[in-house]
Amino acid sequence: MKRRLRDLPPALAMLVPSMALLGVWTVYPLVKAIRTGHLDCNLTATKCRDVGWDRYVDVFTSRQFQDALMVSVKLALMTVPAGLLLGLGLAMLADKHLRGIGFFRTAFASTVATSVAVASLVWFVLLQPEIGVLSDLFSGWIPALKNPGLLRDPDTALPAIAVSSVWAGLGFTFIVISAGLQSVPKELYESALVDGAGSWRRFTNVTLPMVSPSLMFITVVLTTRALQTYGEVALLTQGGPNPERPTTTIPYLIYGEESLIRNNLGLKSAAAVLLFLICLVFALLQFRMFDKRVQYSR
Amino acid sequence: MGRYVLLVVVSVIVLFPIWAVLMQALKNGRDSLDHPRSLLPVDLTFETIREAWTQGNLGRLLANSLFVSVAVTIGVVITSLLAAYAFAFLDFPGKGLVFAAFLATMLVPAEVTVVINRRTAESLGWVSSYQGLIVPSLASTFGVFLVRQMFLQLPKELREAASLDGVGHLRYLWEVAAPLSRPTLGALGLFTFLGTWNAYLWPSQVINDDDHKTVQIGLASLRNADINHLNLVTGGLVIAALPIFVILVVFQRQLVRGLTAGAVKG
Repeated sequence: MKRRLRDLPPALAMLVPSMALLGVWTVYPLVKAIRTGHLDCNLTATKCRDVGWDRYVDVFTSRQFQDALMVSVKLALMTVPAGLLLGLGLAMLADKHLRGIGFFRTAFASTVATSVAVASLVWFVLLQPEIGVLSDLFSGWIPALKNPGLLRDPDTALPAIAVSSVWAGLGFTFIVISAGLQSVPKELYESALVDGAGSWRRFTNVTLPMVSPSLMFITVVLTTRALQTYGEVALLTQGGPNPERPTTTIPYLIYGEESLIRNNLGLKSAAAVLLFLICLVFALLQFRMFDKRVQYSR
Repeated sequence: MGRYVLLVVVSVIVLFPIWAVLMQALKNGRDSLDHPRSLLPVDLTFETIREAWTQGNLGRLLANSLFVSVAVTIGVVITSLLAAYAFAFLDFPGKGLVFAAFLATMLVPAEVTVVINRRTAESLGWVSSYQGLIVPSLASTFGVFLVRQMFLQLPKELREAASLDGVGHLRYLWEVAAPLSRPTLGALGLFTFLGTWNAYLWPSQVINDDDHKTVQIGLASLRNADINHLNLVTGGLVIAALPIFVILVVFQRQLVRGLTAGAVKG
């Protein structure tokens, strides 16, 4: 007991920098957003009135929020399974001791060096019908590449954003799953072989259970990333093409320059709080779902 | 043999976007319009890259990004060391609760807090300033957690021996605990640097002028050039991506260790 009290002053002094910063820039904005979300404001946010918790129901059921939620969920459904499968495929392909395998591993991991802005602008250039290489190479297959261009066609704009973000995330998923594969004890494969398991059985009964912690980690990260997609939209489509706005994700609805609620602080706060709750629910759901099936490698 | 063919094909597909942008950047403006299809430079030239450098004001953008990222990295390492020390080596009432509160802040994504943080920056007069870019990122729960884990693995006897010799907390932290945790601090530093360098949302909301833009948000201005100059974007991309490629090649091992720490331990 004496020691605990003696340690208190130095402990406080050491914790104060982090606590103050997190308090001002993480806790306060969350609490404040929850309170501001109650407010119904005029355009310049000079006059607000408190309309209470019902405000959240109104915002959640509003057309704009529902549309943005659908876009975010669609984006997650496009990017998470694709990212997971491609990452697993690349990792299994490169998981062999071959001459020159280091070169291929580096190639597969390379997109980890691209930021959201760099990856988005790479695809922005590639997808321009005028100078983009893709439109010249593949417009026979996908006519929208040339006219009007994937990013300008309301049906293909969101899939194009998905392609960009799956590609950008590939390096990360590859590195994490590769490490998972390398930690599988070789004896497990040997004993499976002795038991006469074919390659598919070895995959489903040894590989999959052993890499499931990595796969779970990736699923959580990719889902969260999809729900938080902002930069790709800001750089590739600005939420458009108009008037359908098929790429306005929830973060773009809150922060985008072309967003319809750009100047409404109350609405933006409410939407941000709802986004927080959605991310939280997804994270908890995924942990619960996987908890039952995941084999921990320890 | 079959696997090699597959490896080559897949590598070509993964690297294709990078290759195409690089080749476009190595053409001059005319060739990029006349021969957009050619995946080799018609006449190899640095004209486009040089023009992107001046037009996009990339020297300034890179300097801003470097300054902000280095400042945030140093700050995060210091605040994380201090807080981690309190959690790992000190015993005080309410410790468990405070630590749980720290961990809980990890659940709050930036996409939620930026609405109000932009307001806070306005009231502090920090919009379009370096403070606005740096200060909100100076504490990292992830960093505190990571360094605490490292500190907990240091032998307890070391701490006891030091306090018997009259070594104070700060001296023990700087002279014993921190040096022994160098690999962890390196990984934390690398990730903080990359995260700050790559950040998009917060800089895009807090910076309105050209003088304080980071590379990530500044590159977009090249995109707004007319269609005849879109190749400038490719030049800008090459310049912006190069430093990170170099850093990642140098620090490959730390990167992989850091990325997989969360996954493999389950």
